[in-house]
Parts: sequence; C-alpha cells; structure tokens
Amino acid sequence: MNFIVFLKMVPDVIEELKIAGDGKSLDSDWLRMKLNECDEHAVEEAIILKEKTGGKVTVIALDAMELDDALFSALAKGADKAVKITGNLQNIHSPAVAEIYAKYLKDNCLIDNKTLILSGSQAIDDIEGEMIYFLAELLNLPVYGVVTSVSYNSDKNDLTIMKEFSGGIRGEFEVEIPSVLGIQAAENPPRYIPIAKIRAIMKTSTIEEIEIPEDGLTEKIAIDKLFESEVSGRAEMLEGSPEEISAKLIEIFTVKGII
Amino acid sequence: MATDIEGIKSVTLETIYDTPEGKLIQSCIQCGTCAGACPHGEYMDYPPRRIIKMLQHGLIEKVFETDSMLKCVNCYACMVKCPREIHLTEVILQLVKEQTIIRLPAVPPELQKALENNYRYGNPMGESGRKRANWVTTSSVPVRILSQNPEPVDVLWFVESYPSYHPRGQDTCRALAKILNALEIDFAILGNEEKSAGECGMLSYESGLAEALVDYNMSVFAKYKFNKMITTDPHALDAFNYRYKLYDFGYEAQHAILFIMQYHDRLKPLLKKTLGYSVTYHDSCCLGRHNKFYDEPRQLLQLIPGIKLVEMVHNRLNSICCGGGGGGMWLDTYFKSQNMERLSDIRVKEAIETGADILAVACPYEIPRFEDALKVAGYDKKIAVKDIVELVSESMED
Repeated sequence: MNFIVFLKMVPDVIEELKIAGDGKSLDSDWLRMKLNECDEHAVEEAIILKEKTGGKVTVIALDAMELDDALFSALAKGADKAVKITGNLQNIHSPAVAEIYAKYLKDNCLIDNKTLILSGSQAIDDIEGEMIYFLAELLNLPVYGVVTSVSYNSDKNDLTIMKEFSGGIRGEFEVEIPSVLGIQAAENPPRYIPIAKIRAIMKTSTIEEIEIPEDGLTEKIAIDKLFESEVSGRAEMLEGSPEEISAKLIEIFTVKGII
Repeated sequence: MATDIEGIKSVTLETIYDTPEGKLIQSCIQCGTCAGACPHGEYMDYPPRRIIKMLQHGLIEKVFETDSMLKCVNCYACMVKCPREIHLTEVILQLVKEQTIIRLPAVPPELQKALENNYRYGNPMGESGRKRANWVTTSSVPVRILSQNPEPVDVLWFVESYPSYHPRGQDTCRALAKILNALEIDFAILGNEEKSAGECGMLSYESGLAEALVDYNMSVFAKYKFNKMITTDPHALDAFNYRYKLYDFGYEAQHAILFIMQYHDRLKPLLKKTLGYSVTYHDSCCLGRHNKFYDEPRQLLQLIPGIKLVEMVHNRLNSICCGGGGGGMWLDTYFKSQNMERLSDIRVKEAIETGADILAVACPYEIPRFEDALKVAGYDKKIAVKDIVELVSESMED
C-alpha cells in the first residue's frame, strides 16, 4: 500500500498570538508553528497501517516555519519519504491548498487501488476540516472525515473504517481504495521518538523540495478581518450559605425558563 | 566514589566490560543491599541486583521488556549503599533506562509530553520560552538579564524551569534575588535564552534530548563572560558538574545554599527577624546522597534566629526520595496505575511525625510534590513547605 499523508503547520497557541498590522493575519514575529494535532494522528495511523500491511508512507506539506522539524520527526517515526512544497504560499486557504495537493499528486503520484490518502480531520484554522473534501472532489475520490479507526481487508482490498458523528453516534463503513480519509484519532496516540533518533535522521535523510507556482489557483476564500474574541458578559458568583445559593439558583433557573 | 566521567562518555551496555566500570560490575557479590535500599525495589521485576545478574549472564534484553527501570527515581540510595561501590545510579542504571525508554511499546503519556516539551520549548511543562523570565517583573530587587545587558558578570544564576515557571518556584527566585542583592553580589540570569539544563532528560533517560539541551545551553554560555555559576536546582547542579563537563563546560557549578553560606558572616547581621518555627529539613537526593552536602543546608537554617531544627526518622544518607527524580515527576499517574504508593506521601508522613511547622527543602521539585502530598494527608494547613532561601529571605524582613 502507498500511504500519502498531507500535513499542515498551524500556529502554536502556547505562544501569545498577535494580530498583524493589516488586521487580517497573525504577526509572524510572535508566531511559532507546530504540526497540526490531527495530522500527527494521521501520520501515526499511516505508520500503523504500514506496519500491518507493508508499503510506503510519504508525508507532504506546504512550506512553513519549523516544518523541517515536523517532517524529520515523521521520518524518524517510520515515514519513508518527506516532501516540502515551496512557492509563494502566503495567505492561501483550504480550497487552494487542495488544488496544490491535487496538482502535486497528478504530476508525481500514481493513484491506483493501492493508494490511500490521509490527513488530519480538522485543524485550529480549519475547524470544518474542509481541505480533504476539496481534495477528494478534485481527485474524484470517496472521502470520509472524523475517522477514528481504520483496518485493511486484504481479501477484498478495501477498508473498514469508523467515522464519528455528532451526538455520540458512530458509523462503520466499508471503503474502497483509493480514497481520502480525514483522521481524528489514530489507533494509538502518536508514538515517542527518542530525540537521538530524530537528530540522527536530520543528519542522514533529506527532504524533497518541489516548487508549485501559486498562479492559476482559484482561491475562493479571503479573510476580511481577524479579531480577538469579544467579551459578551461575565460570570456571576453567587454568595451565601448553601441554602441561600440554591434558592438563588432556583430563582435564576425559573426566570430563564430552564425549570 | 567519584566517577571517572571522561571514561563513561561513550560507554554502552555492549562495551561496559571493557571499562573499569565493567570490572566493578563483575565484582558484585549479589548481596541485594541495592534492591533493599531502592524505594521502588519491591515494585520492580528487575531491581538493581537482578539487573546486574542479568547483565553478567548476557540476558539484559529481558530487562528492557519490563518497566523496571521506569520505576527508578535516580535517588542514589542503591549506589551509596553498595559495598562494592558500583556506580549504579550514575552509569549502569542510566544505560538500562535509556534502552527501556527506547524499547517501551508506549512511553507513559505524561513523561512523553514532558520530554517533547523539553525538546521543543526548553521546559518540561510546555510553557512559552518567551515567558521564562516573566517572574523578574515581580522581584522586589533588580535582576539583570544578560541578553539585555551583556557586560561581564561575576555570578551567573541558572534559574531552571520549575523555579522560572511554577508559581511556588518563583517564590524561591524572588527570595534568592533578594538575598543576592542584600549580599551585594554582582549577579545576572540568562532570562528567556535559558533552556532546561537537561538533567532529567539524561536521567529519564534520554541522551539525545540531553545532548540537544547541552548543545544549546553551551552555545548561550559562550556568548557571555562570568566567573561562577549558581543554581537552586540540585538536578541542574548535577547536569553541569557531571554531564556538561563532558562537553567542555569549564565551571564548577554551585548550589545557591553553598554559595550563600560562603557569606555567612555578612548574612548573619541581615537576619533580623526571629521566625520561631520548628523546621525539619528534607535532604534532596542530588544535593545529599549524590553530592554529600548534608551539613550546609542545616547550618544555613541555624543561622536564622528562632529556628529549631528537628530531624525526620530518615535523614541525611537515609533520606527518602520525593519521587520526582529520573522522570518520576511525570510518572505519578503511571505509578498510581501500578498501585504504587507515592514516595512524597510516604515522606510527608515522616515530616508530620516530627511535629514541625515547616518542611524545609532545597530542590524545586520538592515544593509542589510535598505540598500535594500534605494536601492528600490533610496536613497542608499545619505544615508549610518552604525552600530554605525563602526562610532566609523571610528573616531579612524587618
């Protein structure tokens, strides 16, 4: 099997985020980037599947700050190839990202019945997890998001997957190959890789760089304004004895029509 | 029992018998003192004695299949009791520990996060490196940060992660800044340029992480001129004096308590306030057993007017580890899942039995560990945990 995993770097919210002067982007002086958490699970799931069924894992991402660390870490975990797509890639969003990935796949990869495409099911700057759906549309492949388990059936060369829905409902699907999966959680949490191994990989492995020009992308999203959450109201602290507090609570609930 | 540190730099379990350390290991008489001294020995499939036996028989791989070495808290209890003076904690257990971490099917999540955080952010708690020196703004005295004022300085104070970020650790920082200022010491810190010294990386054991942090911190030290280095963290002290020296670190780091004690004539008149506390002192593993600084912390406590020192049943060489060393700081949940009693819970019971008002410590891990344990025991209102420098600082108030 050929596992292709698309990764994305997102702002690290450990650092304080500041809005840049244009009011539409984050101030890059304050920004540190890290691998999107769901994408870490996508890498882990791809490597688990590779360990079970054999094959090759390729990780691909658009260039970003600190991307090399994330790609080397994926190689140390067991990925076979890492690709960095460069170009003028500022301020592009899920539809255009999907177009770039589709273009890369058409030029560089054979998508056959031994190819599975994975990515994280969402990101802090793509909560709806749109990218995989745009990509699947362009590739004309089936797509499943919020996937929490994947198993390969070698007799039928297909997959049994578990997909989560809202309200605590899960659905089991039989999925043909090739297809696109948005991974919510891997079978196991992302594994620990001794730093010595990552440092060794950095010295011995290379990241393939491919330039894809931005022109011709049909960007469908533009950010008008970025702003901090506005405070709408504050919590009210109830004081008094437990009896007084419960009386006040009952009053509040009655007024609000809750009871 | 000093270790030949140059000699152990490249030792692996395969090459250990080609070293003097290997001869020591061959001399093991299997007396079992190490296993008995180990605070977690009863929970290990392979306590130190059995590890040596497995190594002698070429069966060490079997040890890696267990979590025995994950339970080692690097407390040096086995090493100081060994009649053959085998460097258990310093050499062999670390080598076994590293292989355990590498081969474990899954590293316990809290430990994994702490190690990854140390690599990415330079501190185990995963705080922003840009906030490391934020505590300075709350200091009552000026604290020079070298990146802002790179003039040569006499004393470089390596603050370390827990003192930098943990609210109670920051109390220790403010106290030490006040003491150094009162003693008119020319001191400075690295500020946001500092990253974790990496001792827990090494002893967890994760040599790649340790090397990454050593390389980084050494490159920062090279930018500045200073004569001495001090720290309040005995783990950082060990990192510098035992490991950084393998990477040409040219200083002998000093624990803040020993540094302050050099100025005891100048300090004594500054300690005007009588505290009137009964205090019991907990010997930390690194400062006590490993570096044998048993007397200096007690002498500093006794400089403070009105302090009555009482001892716990286990003290000095026999002190019981707080459970935070060797990665234990991030294994509480794992230990609990193995039905192991927390060492900090055991230790505070001894402190409670002394009837002391204060449990005095000299290691930044111990404040959160013992404060938590006292809450569990229901004694957090009756005994306060204080770093010794906090008590010194309190006595300097009018």
